[in-house]
Amino acid sequence: MKSLMQAVIAILVVCALLFFAADRLESAGSKGNKDTITVFNWGEYIDPDLVKQFTEETGIKVVYETFDSNEAMMTKVQQGGSAYDIAVPSEYTVEMMKEEDLLIPLDHSKLPNLQNIDPYFLDLAFDPGNKYTVPYFWGTVGIVFNPTKVADHLTFTTWKDLWDPSLKGKVFLVDGAREVMGMGLNSLGESLNAKDEQLLRQATDKLITLSPNVKAIIGDEITPLMINNEATVALTWSGQAQDMMWENEDLDFAVPEEGSNLWFDSFVIPKTAANIDGAHAFINFMLDAKNSAQNNDYVGYSTPNRAAMDLMDPEVIEDERFYPSEALRDKLEVYENLGLEWLGKYNEYFLEFKMSIR
Amino acid sequence: MFNKASKGSLLPYVIWIALFVIAPIALVVYYSMLDLKGNFTLENYQAFFTPVYLKMTLTSFWYAFLITAFTLLIAYPTAYFLTKTTHKHLWLMLIIIPSWINLLLKTYAFIGLFGLYGPINAIVEVFGLEPQQILFTDFSFIFVSVYIFIPFMIIPIFNSLDKLNPTLVYAARDLGASSFTTFRRVIFPLTIDGVKSGIQVTFIPALSLFMITRLIAGNQVITLGTAIEQQFLVSQNWGMGSTIAVFLIIIMVVIMSVTGGQKKGGRIR
Repeated sequence: MKSLMQAVIAILVVCALLFFAADRLESAGSKGNKDTITVFNWGEYIDPDLVKQFTEETGIKVVYETFDSNEAMMTKVQQGGSAYDIAVPSEYTVEMMKEEDLLIPLDHSKLPNLQNIDPYFLDLAFDPGNKYTVPYFWGTVGIVFNPTKVADHLTFTTWKDLWDPSLKGKVFLVDGAREVMGMGLNSLGESLNAKDEQLLRQATDKLITLSPNVKAIIGDEITPLMINNEATVALTWSGQAQDMMWENEDLDFAVPEEGSNLWFDSFVIPKTAANIDGAHAFINFMLDAKNSAQNNDYVGYSTPNRAAMDLMDPEVIEDERFYPSEALRDKLEVYENLGLEWLGKYNEYFLEFKMSIR
Repeated sequence: MFNKASKGSLLPYVIWIALFVIAPIALVVYYSMLDLKGNFTLENYQAFFTPVYLKMTLTSFWYAFLITAFTLLIAYPTAYFLTKTTHKHLWLMLIIIPSWINLLLKTYAFIGLFGLYGPINAIVEVFGLEPQQILFTDFSFIFVSVYIFIPFMIIPIFNSLDKLNPTLVYAARDLGASSFTTFRRVIFPLTIDGVKSGIQVTFIPALSLFMITRLIAGNQVITLGTAIEQQFLVSQNWGMGSTIAVFLIIIMVVIMSVTGGQKKGGRIR
């Protein structure tokens, strides 16, 4: 009994110490005071040297926290526990956050570097007039493949190549209803934002004919599988493809010509912000041509920053795989917020397709 | 039956059960009757009885059955031989320790082990065979699930075997029963309660497995658990998610009552 009591007391003491430590860490972190900002971003999505440089230049300390999905980020912002001053959602989440009233309008007078952004990426449908968002990176959905392991005639400039009989049991798809249903719709030449039961039915039937080729439908685990040559063909985002291609030089990436998705990640200032001036200063700092170019060297996604592109290696920005020409870009579509009812239908059809792949 | 004091001391438990058992189930049932706009409807139930969900229910059942059967097949002999060893509690402990490690971590480890260039295929190649695609197959899914559930099946069976009075076995032998007859007529019937609780703690979670279905089976196996996760997190259709959950609860109640029976001995205490 005595030793039991001792054990209980020991555990309580350890818990108390941990709580104390956690409390200290938190107050050092997300206290919203004048010389600190908290940035909430995707993992590996910023050059840490730039964060240091920002602190040196402005004296504002940066607390950097990461998330791994739009949904998780939005939930944390909704709960409002921490004072996030900046977040980086994708475009459809921006729409949702706007609807939920989670964003603070930007003060453009504090963002003079906004002029560096290519006008193509401003004033987009999900945020007219850039009232709430500043573009950070953009990309597409396409096919990453290993040319040394697939037949020569497969270039994946068309979605049809995925249906090639030589790819039996070789195709990996990303586990996202919008991406896969969008691919199905695109392969029929339709819009990936289609709100038409008949079209969705057709797209699903088309996808079901792809099932013999589908090996698995998974998430981020696709990256190590492609790098280690365990997978040969995968439907994925351009940013993820770039990651894979840095690690495995055999890989290639293509965006099929029938059309695909174009996505944007943007800076926003969520309602939880405690240091709004600091947040503006940070966004403006990241928009600076030199800083943006440096950040791009580190992150590797496609930048919307025209002034930065002038400073970057021409080989990078001329790479049509990651910087598609405007002609091709016009064939790409941004996801519209479909509303819950249609999002549900996309997921039901996607589920039906998933049920067919075995 | 109760005097005043014992009634008062029951109160916390009554509140606990009301708050954490009855209220959540009531909420699940309530949400299952709401559509996306929050109107009262039975549409979700109608949607459940479409081929997609019925097929999913059947496959969930089939895989949960396979997982439970293989787990039992491995766990019963293991538990039996454990009780025969000299340091049985030490051995039991060694078997249980891996269950302390986070489930996801173990699952990711299997992705590495089963890979085309992983250690298993390295062994396969030593025998001069082509590397096999192990990941994203039925085999890998069942293997990993069985691996995860084995400790949970062993514990109740071990407990009931451990409590088995050895003199009964000796008596059977003295009366001329062969070892198989002794097992069939004496040991197994006396440990059936342990087996039943083992089946409960395996079959019910196996019905609603979801991370493994994606990581190991690459979504080739879709269980009711996967569908619930999707409805809540992606579609944000709490109504449909709750409806699937209601059916899962009904199935669980049925399994509990089938494997319940007399509640003595063999349980984890």
